[in-house]
Amino acid sequence: MTLAPTESPTSLRRDALESLSPPRRRRRPKVLLGLSLVVVAALALPLAFLLIEASGAGTSNVWHLIWRTLTATLLWNTVRLTVVVTVLCAIIGTLTAYCVERTDLPGRRVWAVLVVIPFAIPDFVVSFGWNSLFTWVAGFRGAVIVMTLAVYPLVYLPVAASLRGADPGQEEIARSLGATRVSTFFRVTLAQARRAILGGCLLVALVILAEYGAFEILGYQTFTTEIFSEFTVGFNTASACALSLVLVIFSIVVMMGESSLRGTGRVSRGGPGVQRVLTRQSLGRAKWPVVLAFSLLVLAALGVPVGSSIYWIFEGGAHDLVGESLLAAALHTAGYSAAAAALSTVMALPVALLVIRYPSRWHRLLTRTTFLVLAMPGLVVALALVYFSEQHADSFAYQTAPMLVVAYALMFFPLALVGVRASVARAPVALEEVAGSLGVKRLGVLLRVTLPLIAPGLGAAFCLVFLSCVTELTATLILIPNGVQTLATQFWAYQQNLSYGQAAPFALLIIAIAALPAYFLERFFDRRGVRSHDQPRPNVRVLSRSVTT
Amino acid sequence: MKRLTKVVAVVSAAVLATLTVALGVGGASQKNVTLVLYSGQHVQTTDALVAGFEKAHPKVTVVVRSNDEDIFDAEIVAEGSHSPADLFFSENSPALEYLQQRGLLAKVDASTLARTPARFNSPQGDWVGVSARVSVLIYNPSLIKKSALPTNVLALANPRYEGKLAFAAGETDFQPIVTAVLQAYGKKAALKWLDGIKANSNGHVYPDNETIANEVNRGVVAFGVINQYYWYRMRAEIGQSNMRSLITYFAPHDPGYVLDVSGAGILKSSTHQAAAQEFLAFLVSRQGQEIISHSISFEYPVASGVTTAQPETPFQDLKPYPISIAQLGTGAAAIALLNEVQLL
Repeated sequence: MTLAPTESPTSLRRDALESLSPPRRRRRPKVLLGLSLVVVAALALPLAFLLIEASGAGTSNVWHLIWRTLTATLLWNTVRLTVVVTVLCAIIGTLTAYCVERTDLPGRRVWAVLVVIPFAIPDFVVSFGWNSLFTWVAGFRGAVIVMTLAVYPLVYLPVAASLRGADPGQEEIARSLGATRVSTFFRVTLAQARRAILGGCLLVALVILAEYGAFEILGYQTFTTEIFSEFTVGFNTASACALSLVLVIFSIVVMMGESSLRGTGRVSRGGPGVQRVLTRQSLGRAKWPVVLAFSLLVLAALGVPVGSSIYWIFEGGAHDLVGESLLAAALHTAGYSAAAAALSTVMALPVALLVIRYPSRWHRLLTRTTFLVLAMPGLVVALALVYFSEQHADSFAYQTAPMLVVAYALMFFPLALVGVRASVARAPVALEEVAGSLGVKRLGVLLRVTLPLIAPGLGAAFCLVFLSCVTELTATLILIPNGVQTLATQFWAYQQNLSYGQAAPFALLIIAIAALPAYFLERFFDRRGVRSHDQPRPNVRVLSRSVTT
Repeated sequence: MKRLTKVVAVVSAAVLATLTVALGVGGASQKNVTLVLYSGQHVQTTDALVAGFEKAHPKVTVVVRSNDEDIFDAEIVAEGSHSPADLFFSENSPALEYLQQRGLLAKVDASTLARTPARFNSPQGDWVGVSARVSVLIYNPSLIKKSALPTNVLALANPRYEGKLAFAAGETDFQPIVTAVLQAYGKKAALKWLDGIKANSNGHVYPDNETIANEVNRGVVAFGVINQYYWYRMRAEIGQSNMRSLITYFAPHDPGYVLDVSGAGILKSSTHQAAAQEFLAFLVSRQGQEIISHSISFEYPVASGVTTAQPETPFQDLKPYPISIAQLGTGAAAIALLNEVQLL
């Protein structure tokens, strides 16, 4: 590998690309394309529903509505919030990931779990917690604080995963060649994580576009709160769907922006794919200020909602409300969420393989369309499934657990795809090809080389989807089987009845359940990782096994 | 790599098992008839009524799904003839009128309708009135004196209330007031009034009545318009010692003084019409109405001559604006106005 301090990270990567990548044009397996098309088609259902319903509203109506609503205020509200929160999340997510993964931050394994959990706290719990403590947390300021604290893990997770997988040697070489620590961070570390950062930012932006619950409590109007008003107060599904199409256009703009920044370089490792012990950067005198910053972040993102929940347990009055038991609700929540997370991850695999291993304009476009679903409110996705099940399947599976699981898997598919895609991109294709040349069949290569290589990404994908499902409410209320409650629906039922005392334990349990995948994710990375020389070297083992077969 | 295969197998088995458990726990127990009730009403009221009904009709099980009533409207329309719902119970009449307009409701038995005064029922006999609430002013006496509060609804738009008024445009409970103002003063005046409200409530636009009640009580904003029972429910939740707010009424028969009726109807697509009729009959029976009268939801019972047992203004002492269910309709005109001034 050539490396000179004057070279930009981009050219560095391009070199890596040229030296590492064998000729790109390989025949794509039909199975892979077929599976990907099925997944993409399933994800297009909500969009099809929007088009069908909106066309029922009448063109002139729709235009009138859109132009009326597309006032400067709403546009300005939506755009400025999306930009500010995305930038803040990029900064917080990247810095925390760097400190946890690359420095000698004390207690980093605990922080690694704590900084992820806030993503799994329902937005309405966060807003409520802040709003009940500080009345000034409202409007734009409130929306920025609450959303940033709720979604920065969307940047943290992919960046942390990417920093773990990236070659620390590049940083060391840069340092040895005289680059300062800061310049190494910006020119090597950030370059390694650039895709992960951008991918995370894309998710943040799309999630903010579709956010509703938090803004409702904070009294902040965006395009999505407008859509809900049309649904809930206007009784007008057609207009609401027409407005949702504008959200889709917003998301296309956001995605084009991300795409133009993303670049085309490959970031797979130069070495034999063996993780090597990494020397952590010493924080030096910055150590305790950094610990303080982490404490403040966790206090704000986790402490406030947990604290307000505990407060309500003690302060809330007693009621004659009898709901589902905590245990039953927790089992349902965990069951549905785990099933959906597994399904979503499995669905993401062919799409990620197709777009990374067989890159083409058309494959990238196909992949991009799947992101649109993230910016669609859960209500829209749920109603789309109701519609298609009613119109074309005789209400098959309606209000059953499988359909709820499918709805979750569709809604949060982009989260899974980001995790899987990032790790497929980092897994050196050369290893797969070596296995292939040694006579291992394609499926064998997938199971024995590719999957072990991308396992961390699969884990991250599973966790991201799981955490999102645990807090989902609007689609759950429509699709959940009769007589069943999840933690979120039961929390909602109590909260709607002002029974905050009874609602609070459900909020706490949601947070606790979310802590589990965050914890396992951390352990999983750690075991795979970077800790000691005594650990078997997984990738070498993969290869040697392949050779002996 | 056997280990990986094993891990995959274990994970999939675990997922399947949890799913099976989830499905199993969710299955309704076997009885002769199972009714599915879509309820936009408050959970404790609904639960108490369902429990009472199941006790009186041991062969019928009622499964309750809860959601916002307007979302149920969208859902029921999307479900069409396959709707799993037998019954729909809503907090406000417009949600029922909307389904009635689309021809999705079946006629209610005449004997059931007769239990409730006709003015609280569907004009077409497609749903029956079950309970009622009334709009009031909630205020924080440390921020505004009672004598400074408006007695006429139009005064809400008076510039002297700028920054003092809390408002929930998206709350279904507010539309009937807009409809009443529209009827009393005409479209032009109503639009001007809404513009004034929008200016006065700048910074204090909240999602729902619960939030208005809470914010006025905390002293964040001086006053707002809610339905009476939110104040009583808040008092029951946080205790008298934490109450910093009071309620008062608009002048008698003022268009801001509006009665909202909660009702229930049967879906035409239901295959359990007889059992569903029994449920509606129970809601307005003496027994059903007694449950409402003692419920801490603080709604007024309206049928079978039952009166509320809770310490609040007796129903017969209320002097609401005379507007009929038919005039309230689906609230479409009110929504159009709210849209026009961009409050929605």
